[in-house]
Amino acid sequence: MNGNLTLSEDCTAMLSGEQGPALQFAMQLVERAAKVMGATELVPVTFAHIDACFYAGRAHVDFARFMLEAGAKFKLPAWTNNGLVSLADENIRDPKTEMARGAKELMQLYAELGCRTVWTCAPYQLPGGPGFGDHIVVGESNAVSFYNAAVGARTNKYGDYLDVACGLTGYAPLSGLHTDAGRRAQMLFDTSAIPGSLKQQDIYFHLLGTVMGQHAGKQIPAIDALGPDLGEDALKAVSAAAAAAGGVEHWHGIGRTPEAPDRETAFAGQEPAKTFTVTLDTLSAARRSLTSASDGPVEMVALGTPHFSFTEFAGLVPMLAGRKVHRGTKLYISTSRHVRDLAARNGWIDALETAGATIIVDTCTYFSPAVRGCKGRVMTNAAKWAWYAPGQLGVEVCFGSLQECAETAVKGDVWRDKNLWRELD
Amino acid sequence: MAEFQARVLFEGAAEGPVLWLDEPLSFWGGFDPATGIIIDNNHPQNGLCLKGKVLVLPATRGSGGTPGGVSEAIRLGTGPKAIIMATGDANVMIGAAVAKKLYGRICPVLELSGDAFASLQHAERVSITPAGQVTA
Repeated sequence: MNGNLTLSEDCTAMLSGEQGPALQFAMQLVERAAKVMGATELVPVTFAHIDACFYAGRAHVDFARFMLEAGAKFKLPAWTNNGLVSLADENIRDPKTEMARGAKELMQLYAELGCRTVWTCAPYQLPGGPGFGDHIVVGESNAVSFYNAAVGARTNKYGDYLDVACGLTGYAPLSGLHTDAGRRAQMLFDTSAIPGSLKQQDIYFHLLGTVMGQHAGKQIPAIDALGPDLGEDALKAVSAAAAAAGGVEHWHGIGRTPEAPDRETAFAGQEPAKTFTVTLDTLSAARRSLTSASDGPVEMVALGTPHFSFTEFAGLVPMLAGRKVHRGTKLYISTSRHVRDLAARNGWIDALETAGATIIVDTCTYFSPAVRGCKGRVMTNAAKWAWYAPGQLGVEVCFGSLQECAETAVKGDVWRDKNLWRELD
Repeated sequence: MAEFQARVLFEGAAEGPVLWLDEPLSFWGGFDPATGIIIDNNHPQNGLCLKGKVLVLPATRGSGGTPGGVSEAIRLGTGPKAIIMATGDANVMIGAAVAKKLYGRICPVLELSGDAFASLQHAERVSITPAGQVTA
């Protein structure tokens, strides 16, 4: 792991300080990371999704301010992940806590650094992003998984500060998922035992992603059969659940994702090192790991982890048409400003707010202040939320389908579609 | 006294009592930079304080938040004197590099494996040189 790192003239110039102190420090970080990762060269990158804009202590603010004052400016497209707070929240006009103040200041600094302030964990829902084969820099785990698998762009999982350093310099260590050899499937997930009817359900993809995350270990998994017409929301669900449950950074859906037109290509002509047979029992076990609460009154329904898409809004609106969210229950939907604005043009935001839903932008439901005050039972349609929330919030979680979440929000009590789960009970 | 050569991820000199972790630690979520204390209920060393110790751990857990957790601890002075990992993590190195740049404080980060690493479990104190020599 100690091969020498070769640097281009461009990089050497940055390292020498010729291009200013910000790029010098950034290139020092990239160089150090390359050496730790055993890379012998750097690869130019064309897009960054910045996670360091998410407040995680005063040091985050100090770093951003230091870079800004040293002359840093993103020249390539650098889109922002969620902030810790919503800049649209009226409470944030005059932040009351150190954390809120810091979070707001941090977001403003990244705007000044030249980021495109999309404030979303699902940047792939916005037009103009990376394409197949592009080398990019991403930190948000669900986006790493989605961009690699569903788009076929190439990124490792970049930690905070390094995402900024790579984005500013335009280079990343050529290793891991940036390399051909590092991307091939190693382990096969056989879903032939699962009934076709279950594979039509939104819950299937969250459970499948969870199973993949729980059993893939360090191997790159491939799912044997995802339909060629499978939509982006399902790919988002698999990517996010697998990233949350097992840190999966890349996966293949044979017949659906761009590097896996067939099994042979996904596995680069090699046999899978291991095959895992997905059964109804494994999906049931995954379901149990996502639900810590028994049925009963629900304090909150949380949708949009990762951010709710345009098609998800399209699906939800008819479910709540002419109905109201139960007075004892809050319905939160987190999304990006871009998607919210598209949905608003169709009248969907008005319709949902009239029904009693609260739309949250710029951040995640499990960080908004209202959500943090929740003590009771929460229902969600997202495996990712169900996975993280008990640890982050100390709440009890029920995982269900979008339909079940909508019915539950109206009734105020956990509602189950008995037919949906029949095969998994 | 035993001497080992570690792989240097972030250079510096340090000396102090060993805090051995049986399991990987998340620096963001599993550790509280305000106090320096491990706050992961599932961690065997839950409740112990990293401050002023040479932290010896198998690996980190989670990733994106690691650099922030490390640099925030160094900023607050609640962090370890040095970090020795069996499996090196670039994110820990990045946190240390940023903390040095911003605050002028150095927390060396080393990677050491095999028997050398295992023997640190029974070491009381350890000293580290910038070249990565570990003396237990």
